[in-house]
Amino acid sequence: MMQSDIKRLSLILLFAPFALWIFLLIILPHLGMFYISVQEKVGPRMYEFGLGNYINFFTEPIYWNTLIRTGSMSLLVTVLALLLGFPIAYYIAKIAGNRTRGALFLMCLIPLWVSDLIRAFGWILLLRETGIISTSLQWAGVVNTPIEFLYNDAAVIMGLVYTVILFMIVPLVSTLDGMDNAMIEAGYNLGGNGPTVLRRIIIPYAMPGIVSGCIVVFMLTAGSYLTPILLGGKNSSWFTEQIYDQFITRYNWESGAAFGFLLLAFTSLVVWGGLKLSGQTLNSTVARS
Amino acid sequence: MAIKPNTAFLTSYRIYVAAFFVFLAAPLVAAGVFAFNDSVFPSLPWQGFTLDWFFNDTEPKLGMFHDRRLLRGLYYSFVIASFVSLLSVFVGTCNAFLFVRCKFPAKDFFYIMMVLPLVIPGVILGISILLLASNIANGAEEALSLDLDFLRPGIILVVLGQFSFITTITSLVIIARLKKFDESMEEAAFNLGASRVRVLRTITLPFLFPAMAAAGIVAFLVSFENFNTTLFLVGSEAPLTITMYDRMVKVGSTPVLNAVSFFLMVGSAMLALVSVLVQRDKPQT
Repeated sequence: MMQSDIKRLSLILLFAPFALWIFLLIILPHLGMFYISVQEKVGPRMYEFGLGNYINFFTEPIYWNTLIRTGSMSLLVTVLALLLGFPIAYYIAKIAGNRTRGALFLMCLIPLWVSDLIRAFGWILLLRETGIISTSLQWAGVVNTPIEFLYNDAAVIMGLVYTVILFMIVPLVSTLDGMDNAMIEAGYNLGGNGPTVLRRIIIPYAMPGIVSGCIVVFMLTAGSYLTPILLGGKNSSWFTEQIYDQFITRYNWESGAAFGFLLLAFTSLVVWGGLKLSGQTLNSTVARS
Repeated sequence: MAIKPNTAFLTSYRIYVAAFFVFLAAPLVAAGVFAFNDSVFPSLPWQGFTLDWFFNDTEPKLGMFHDRRLLRGLYYSFVIASFVSLLSVFVGTCNAFLFVRCKFPAKDFFYIMMVLPLVIPGVILGISILLLASNIANGAEEALSLDLDFLRPGIILVVLGQFSFITTITSLVIIARLKKFDESMEEAAFNLGASRVRVLRTITLPFLFPAMAAAGIVAFLVSFENFNTTLFLVGSEAPLTITMYDRMVKVGSTPVLNAVSFFLMVGSAMLALVSVLVQRDKPQT
């Protein structure tokens, strides 16, 4: 009797901070945001229920074009991060020797501890017209006028891949690390060549890591703000920039809330689709620890 | 080694890996090196080594340690990160006990709820908290003529906003450690007559401490470098990343930003090293 009372009390005490956190800082704000997004301004300090903010989004091509653009560029970044990151993760988990493995893994994590802002700043110093690459190319005599590498889509994509690739590599390394080398050897012994072993054994095994990396990378990219703005300049047209614009520049919170909700709905939809396609669940991927 | 590929393939593979690490290091090196260039622009040519961008006290080469606004930003970042890290480690530890030790209905659902903040874009977290807080503050002002200043953009909102997703990170780190705990150790202590509180204090918490410390450091660093969530919640007490961004947009890039970058990179590297060291398992005795 005493025992079960204590159990119940400690459950309540432990559940309270969790519930306060999730309810007050996650659920309630999002419900509030949804509520505000379906309010229309009909006069000074007068609001009524309506879908005007959402209709406005779909009738104004510049808005939904930006969302489509953000989404497709984020997908491209995700694919690039996977293609570039997988060989690195495989090298760290399977090919590098025991001592280099830890060092390489730590080196992968270093940019993680540096602010987005500093990373973008570093790229600006490298890529701009008076930057290191342009100056070096002139000095080497490859070109004779300064070249601007910044402020185009390629710079944005590269900067984003740089920012998020660690979140691809880390889950991949931990999945591949748990894979028994004997499985790969067995594949070869059974007569498979490199590509077959990769396709039939390694990739299926690494699937939870791949999906988890892709989800995190996609969410981070679609929600990123600094990198597209600093590397893309005025015409980066990233969706988070639209949201910021509605909130801070135009002071139109209702429409900003609607945009925020659309971004959330869009990214959740993509993640949900990805999970369905790959046959994984959120628990089996992102929540693995 | 798992596979025995031919040497040519392995060599090109190695070159790719090396090139990748050059790619990783390039912008960080560029951001750091120009802190020591004796020029008012962070670009080539190299004008010679200087520490002015750290210590000089006069314009035009005002060093970061004499730049009031940057120092204030650093101070606010430090205050915010300390609060976030303490709060999120506390709640993260509670969450760890909740999810590892307790049985309750719909546990899987709540676990997903716990992970969720990590996949919500930071911008959205920022604006949703801003909206809620402002609406409550406005409502209180109109209905009760109460002035709830802490719900206006400022340090408290920034702390809450960062805490809202950093807690997921600390929870995951501490949960992973608590899962490895051998419960027979607690049982042994109970059998020897120790009370619950005493067992918690002398056995369980010391076991968890490395993970709690590491989680705290991670929380501190993530908070320090956060921009997206902070941007919407910031009041007049701007933390360092916001101050730097302001400077970058308004003044353009100046080497003092390189000096701050270098300082932050060294600081984070040292903290990250500490977190790796505390988490390393001591040999069992």
